[in-house]
Amino acid sequence: MIPISVNGNSFSVDADPETPLLWVLRDYLDMTGTKFGCGMALCGACTVFIDGKPARSCTTPVSAVLARRVTTIEAVGNLRVGKAVQEAWIAENVPQCGYCQSGQVMSATALLSSTPQPTDAQIDAAMGGNICRCATYPRIRAAIKRAARALAENPPA
Amino acid sequence: MIENVSRRDFFRQAGALVLAIAAPDVFSQSAAFEPNAFVKIGPDSIVTVVVKHLEMGQGTYTGLPTLVAEELDADWSQVRVEGAPADARRYNNLFWGEAQGTGGSTALANSWLQLRQAGAAARVMLVAAAAERWHVPAGEITVSRGVVEHRGSGRKASFGELAASAATQVVPAEAPLKARDQYVYIGKPAQRTDARAKSTGTATYTQDVKLPGMLTAVVLHPPRFGARLASFDPFKAKQVPGVVDVVPFSTPATNGIAVLARDYWTAKKGRDALIAEWDEAQAFRLGSAEIMAEYRRLAATPGARARKDGDAVGALAGAAKKLEAAYEFPFLAHAAMEPMNCVVALRPDGCEIWNGEQFQTVDQAAVAKLLGLPPAKVRLHMLYAGGSFGRRANPRSDYLLEAAAIAKAAGGKTPIKLVWGREDDMRAGYYRPMYLHTLQAGLDANGELLAWRHAIVGQSILAGTAFEAMLVKDGIDATSVEGAANLPYAIPNLSVELHSPQLGVPVQWWRSVGSTHTAFATECFLDEIARASGKDPYAFRRALLARHPRHLAALDLAAAQAGWGKPLRPGHARGLAVHESFGTVVAQVVEVMKAKEGVKVQRVVCAVDCGVAVNPNVVAMQMESGIGYGLSAALSGAITLREGKVEQSNFHDYPVLRIHQMPVVETHIVPSAEKPSGVGEPATPVIAPALANALLALEGKPVRGLPLSSQGLVLA
Repeated sequence: MIPISVNGNSFSVDADPETPLLWVLRDYLDMTGTKFGCGMALCGACTVFIDGKPARSCTTPVSAVLARRVTTIEAVGNLRVGKAVQEAWIAENVPQCGYCQSGQVMSATALLSSTPQPTDAQIDAAMGGNICRCATYPRIRAAIKRAARALAENPPA
Repeated sequence: MIENVSRRDFFRQAGALVLAIAAPDVFSQSAAFEPNAFVKIGPDSIVTVVVKHLEMGQGTYTGLPTLVAEELDADWSQVRVEGAPADARRYNNLFWGEAQGTGGSTALANSWLQLRQAGAAARVMLVAAAAERWHVPAGEITVSRGVVEHRGSGRKASFGELAASAATQVVPAEAPLKARDQYVYIGKPAQRTDARAKSTGTATYTQDVKLPGMLTAVVLHPPRFGARLASFDPFKAKQVPGVVDVVPFSTPATNGIAVLARDYWTAKKGRDALIAEWDEAQAFRLGSAEIMAEYRRLAATPGARARKDGDAVGALAGAAKKLEAAYEFPFLAHAAMEPMNCVVALRPDGCEIWNGEQFQTVDQAAVAKLLGLPPAKVRLHMLYAGGSFGRRANPRSDYLLEAAAIAKAAGGKTPIKLVWGREDDMRAGYYRPMYLHTLQAGLDANGELLAWRHAIVGQSILAGTAFEAMLVKDGIDATSVEGAANLPYAIPNLSVELHSPQLGVPVQWWRSVGSTHTAFATECFLDEIARASGKDPYAFRRALLARHPRHLAALDLAAAQAGWGKPLRPGHARGLAVHESFGTVVAQVVEVMKAKEGVKVQRVVCAVDCGVAVNPNVVAMQMESGIGYGLSAALSGAITLREGKVEQSNFHDYPVLRIHQMPVVETHIVPSAEKPSGVGEPATPVIAPALANALLALEGKPVRGLPLSSQGLVLA
């Protein structure tokens, strides 16, 4: 049994240690918000946080996260920045098919957590690993800027 | 609740669906109000709109409910959406006769009258219920934002309060529809109904379905199209801990081996351990270069006639100036974000399927045939699709049949979730076909365009499918020549010929279908002609479009908004293109800039005439999306074959557009009072020729094929 911590909860899963974290989340823990797109860390649909840093769960073996904190789309809205990102996503009507958007929200939350007022070039760099086949990119950019403004206007108490 | 069957009955009348008159003595005992197949109102005032079309990103779950909410005078916040079951009698696509399905940018267009009538009928019945309760004339009652009100007496009621008695009212034979100036939602940017679920990871896709006892199936497909499984050894796959079963399968579309396990990763490890021998006697073994060489040979021979005005050959012979060009196009994969997948549960009396369901009637018939069931016993649950771009409306129901065949081969006892990896998705075929276009033009001494001769070579998408009888006439597959055979420009001598070679590569429609290549060939060649005759490409088109006011209006709007003709900074250039597809006209002006890293696509000004823009924000989204999808293919999209094997497998060798490559897009909508046409596809075919024409203006060198990366053009 492999012990892991996801969204503040502890679990034990009976999986091969080499199983990618993505499939442990989806098939063992029934957390299906994190998506499978490529299996090679090329598309970003599977992005989660490991100890607060964005990572591609499709190429991260579950054995690599044993003593670490995993955060997924299911709980990112509990974070101040994650919540602001999700509200901006809704306000800008970002999602179309929506399949990539869990990963987009995670990457955007990571960006704004480290860079509260990102430039266009910083957005390009941080979001470059997340593919959207519906090409919602202009709205992703607008939503990141909207979230940045909202966070600046409402600093943490 | 007493089922009021007659109330739900719809009948066709003069091309439109209208509510049938109900027997007046039928009462509902439930508090829920279901006046027709599209609207349900609960005692909690929640208005559920049943949407018959797939939401795959294009906004059907927003645009279609808008039509109901408008005529019902509901508040947008009380509207919910439910996907319709497979039932072609109630939920057929009105543009497709008796068939249910989504495609050809028809979802909103075919629902325009139907859903407004559905909303209006429900409203009439709510008003009648209020009139009865308050003993006032119905004509004195108003409805606004979900509140039914009698101003004279100050009485108000919610939809929920009236639902039970509304259900007992007579369904109106005809309910009056609003005039345009009464619209509350149509023409306004309502929020997408799916935005929250899709921003919080709670939207359910096929990939997310989990049923009790369900097994995941990961498959091994043939190494070449047309290969058959000769023998296999499951021993090593079965050695993988957790693998439950290994089963061969065969469908009319393909064959292979499935490995079953409780989770994807275990099944994939089992699949990777399979040993298989294939009979490749009938397999397709040509490479892309050989196919194109054969297409070049064919283009020089007479083809099937798709259009003939005047005498193009004679006019060319006598022309003062002649031009010619050939344009080459590769196979393209759809590469939706959600790789193809399907959940199948076999039941004692039928079969249940969960899918991003785009082709209900076709899929029902195909699965029923495979399993030996009546079509009505195949129940389809339409879930959100993680993109499709045409792929999920497969005339051969390829991946659904695969899932059903595996479920059957596995004994039928457990539900099966077929999950393709990205590599399976990219290599299983059903591509936009390869095409070659050759064009010749003849000009007179004054530079007037006299002759246009166009030959198209490429596989028919419809040949061998159920659609062949309907859409292939006299050897012309309408989807091979659309956008070319209906070229709008006034040219006295014009011919379009088609060659439809048969190859063993599975092909399919891809967002905007024939226009993906015809728009490029025609709009790029037109720019080459304008340039050769020393004319401005915009003015040159205007002069040839006098009889096409919608093309002119879109072109003029895009040109004006982009500042066409205004001086540009050094190293900048503009290009334009205009094209009609699916009844919608789109014009785009692209601005490119020479940067250190290469040419950058900076800005796209897009004008669209789609009739009434029901939700202008969704229209803008689809213009952005279509441009991004078309640009992705234009920059680097290519599936290539080598000795019949697909060379690409994932996003590293089939690169797609990323955020830094996306230009600024400005959408402008041509004001229109005409009924709406679709917006999901029509922006896609315009971007590549507009971009190529900008590159022609920038570098002076025409682009004669796609993707640009294959032409030595790498964009920043």
